[in-house]
This record gives sequence, structure tokens and C-alpha cells, in this order.
Amino acid sequence: MTYPAGFKYTKDHEWIDLSGDRAKVGITDYAQQQLGDVVYIELPEVGAKLKQGQSFGTIESVKAVSDLYSPLSGEVVEVNTALKDKPETVNKDPHGSWMIVVKMASSAEAGALLDATQYTDLTK
Amino acid sequence: MEQVTTAPLKKTPLNSRHKSSGAKMVPFSGWEMPLEYSGITDEHMAVRTRAGLFDVSHMGEIEIAGNDALAAVQRISSNDASRLQIGQAHYSLLLTPQGTIRDDLLVYRLAAAHFLLIVNAGNIQDDYAWIAEHIKPAGDAVAVDASSRYALLALQGPKSLEILQPLIGVELGDLKYYRFVHGEVAGVRATVSRTGYTGEDGFEILVPPQSADRVWQAILQTGQSAGVIPCGLGARDTLRLEAGMRLYGNDIDDTTTALEADLGWTIGWVKNDFDKTIGAAALREQKAAGVRRKIVGFEMVDPGIARHGYDVCTGAPGAPPVGKVTSGTQTPYLKKAIGMAYLPVEHTTPGATFDVDIRGRRARARVVPMPFYKRGAQSNS
Repeated sequence: MTYPAGFKYTKDHEWIDLSGDRAKVGITDYAQQQLGDVVYIELPEVGAKLKQGQSFGTIESVKAVSDLYSPLSGEVVEVNTALKDKPETVNKDPHGSWMIVVKMASSAEAGALLDATQYTDLTK
Repeated sequence: MEQVTTAPLKKTPLNSRHKSSGAKMVPFSGWEMPLEYSGITDEHMAVRTRAGLFDVSHMGEIEIAGNDALAAVQRISSNDASRLQIGQAHYSLLLTPQGTIRDDLLVYRLAAAHFLLIVNAGNIQDDYAWIAEHIKPAGDAVAVDASSRYALLALQGPKSLEILQPLIGVELGDLKYYRFVHGEVAGVRATVSRTGYTGEDGFEILVPPQSADRVWQAILQTGQSAGVIPCGLGARDTLRLEAGMRLYGNDIDDTTTALEADLGWTIGWVKNDFDKTIGAAALREQKAAGVRRKIVGFEMVDPGIARHGYDVCTGAPGAPPVGKVTSGTQTPYLKKAIGMAYLPVEHTTPGATFDVDIRGRRARARVVPMPFYKRGAQSNS
């Protein structure tokens, strides 16, 4: 699996698509494979304030519940509510299924994120 | 730190076949078993609409034979084995003296004085030791743990019969539910029963372990155009939950009586020498006194999925929980969050509501009758 070079990643298997002070967040192909068929997603409300590493929701498969961890501190400015009705899209298109958009509190945090090569090494 | 050696996982005869087919393997009751192949949803829907093939060779087979075999079985099995014709099977329980459940099983009558008990993988050694001990008073009967002599495959789904028929000489249309026959499947000696753990039509096929792979491959090949796919334990669990079938270790165990588990129908109350059945006295008492709690099926009303181990509450916030969810998930066919739980008997009427504690949040649920799914009766709305 090639992970998109333009994204950043975390060791909790999230991907981040950075654009100015906005960060779009989803989970990686590795994560969706581990989870199995996703049946339920719980996401925060627009306006929620998050700290880096804080849980912003849960993603559930038939067999398991996993927390979703915010890779960056900031405010939730968009939530992909369509995902809640079709959670299986996370399995079909993990890198295209964004969950939240965070307006970053500090661009310094982005430096701690992994690039595609580092993340690929992690999943080996 | 002390090194602890854990026993290696046991493997069924199909272990390398599962791996080479790309199955995700997991430990289950001391066995390395396939959890899923193409995905739990895909496999579940295949069984509901076409057919799926399961390897359940990890389960145990205990044979009881001898002139007093019937008396022996009657002592240790809750159901009335005297009602079984040769070629017939039934669902039954092994009980403790308190009437709680040691295991659930199928009892097959192979001959007048020869029975086959199919038990859960995690209980084989304990069941066998207990059975061997407790049949002694019956007289001329012996129990054998024959598990290593059998592999067991389950072909389940509406297309099961059309898939299996070309591989077997016996007319499967004549094989009624909970009956079995001896024959050959793909040229391999087999015992085929019209039974299953999915709520669909289907067959469970006992074969010698060395021939399991041949039969597995033959069914997948013959059934390819009908759309049969291999299925794992993940789908097995979601299918049986929709069908309202209990899972030993989750929904029933040695802390739940047969009546609390709403399995009174498996008790042979009027069989000869019912008082000699282990657990009979305790169940008679409980029947007379009435149960205080009972298992129910439920579906979530509020958003969220109730899972095994979550607390259930019937009182106001702050009141202590009254029980726990024993099984629960969102199932692929019904696409609903459903489950089973034990509730105080006054809260068990269909329609009654209660709360499930979903990781700190109280979510409303409603008691519904089981099974949640019945073949032939549905439209998935």
C-alpha cells in the first residue's frame, strides 16, 4: 500500500491533509484493515475544542470499538456527517473519507507528524 | 521476569487452507481459527442470500455407547433423548446440580444404544471428564472423546441444498430439519445433518480429518456459480445473534440457569427418571418459585451499539445497574444494534425499555422478541 505523499500521519494511524491553518483528518488503510467492516462512527460537534492526542470520537466495527485521536490542537470547523450514514465508505476509500476538519491552534504541532515514508515504515 | 510458556494454538485440518486463502486468523478457545476472509459483512450477507462455508472442526465430539447408553445420556443431558429416533438430533444442555449450564450441545442418535454429542470447543476436556464420571451409575455405558476423529464443516444459506446435492447420493430434499444421514460427500464418508447455527437452511458435515480439505475444496468449487464463499467466526457470531441463538460463555454459562436463559424447552420435564438428570431438582424448584431474572433480546432505540459487558440499568440515573449485556453488536443483515441481556423478570416484556451504559453514556434500548431474524419472513426495511 502506498500512502499519499502529500499527507502527514500519526502512529495512531490517522492521516492529515494540511492546507494553511486547516487540517483534514481521517484514518489510514492500515487502520481500516485492522478494524474490519465499519458499522458506526461517532464524531464531535462543530465548534468542539480539541487538544493534540485527545479523543474526538469513536469508530466501531462489528467486533470492536476504537477511539479516534486528534493529531493536532484546535477547533473543529467541519464534520463529515455523511460518513455517519455510510460508515462503510471508510473501508472502501479510507484516504478519501475525511472525518473532521480542525482549525489549528499552532502550526508548530504539525512538525511532530510523520511523513508518508516514516508512516509506511511503521506499518511494516 | 518469569517466562511463561503458553501452549501453542491447536489447528484444524483446514488451517493451512485458510491461511493460503487469505483468512485473518485469530485465537479462539485454544484454536487458531479464521475470523474472516472477505469481511464479516460480506460473509454474513452471503449466508443470508446465497451460501457460506464454515470450518467448525474445533468443536468436540463425544460418543456414548453401550447397552445402557440411553440411560447414560438421560442422566447428563437435559433434553429427553428417548424421543430421538435413529437419524435424529436435538439441542440440549449439560447442567450443574444448581441447574446452571455447563455447556450447550447437539445430541445425535446414531443407533439405539449409540449417541454422538457435539460440544463447544472450549469445554471439550471438562465435558468429557464430567460425562465419563456421571454416566457410571447408568451401568453398561462408556464415553469416548472422539474429537480427533472428526472434522466438521457447515454449509449454510438458501442455496446450500442446490450446492451440496451434486456431491452426495442421498436425496437432500428428503432430509428434514434436525435429521441426519450417512453417505459420501465428494467421495468421502460423511454424516450430514440438516442443522446449523445461522438461522438459514443448511447442513453440517462430519468427515474424517484427513479428508476435510478435499470436501472443503469440492464444496467451494461446485458452489462457485451459486456464489458460496468461505466464512469465519466473525460472521458466525453475527448470524447466530440475529437468529437469537445463545453463545456459551457469553449468554449462557455456569452462573445462568436453564430457565433464566429461557431454555426451558430443552428440558425433558416428563422423561422417565427425570429426577436422575443432573440439575433436575434445582430446575423443578426454580420452575415452581418462578425465575427472578431472564434473558431478553433487545434493540437499541438511541444511537449507539451495546456490547458484551456493558451495564444495563432500569432505574433512574444513579441507581445501580441490574445486569450486563451478554451479546451485542450491529448486525449486517438487519443493520440494527441488537443484543441479549439478563433483566429482572418484571422488565422482560417485549416493548419494555431500559438503558445501556455505553462507555459512560446512558442509551435507551427496548426489549424485543427473539429471534430477531427468521428466514423467509423478512424484508429488510
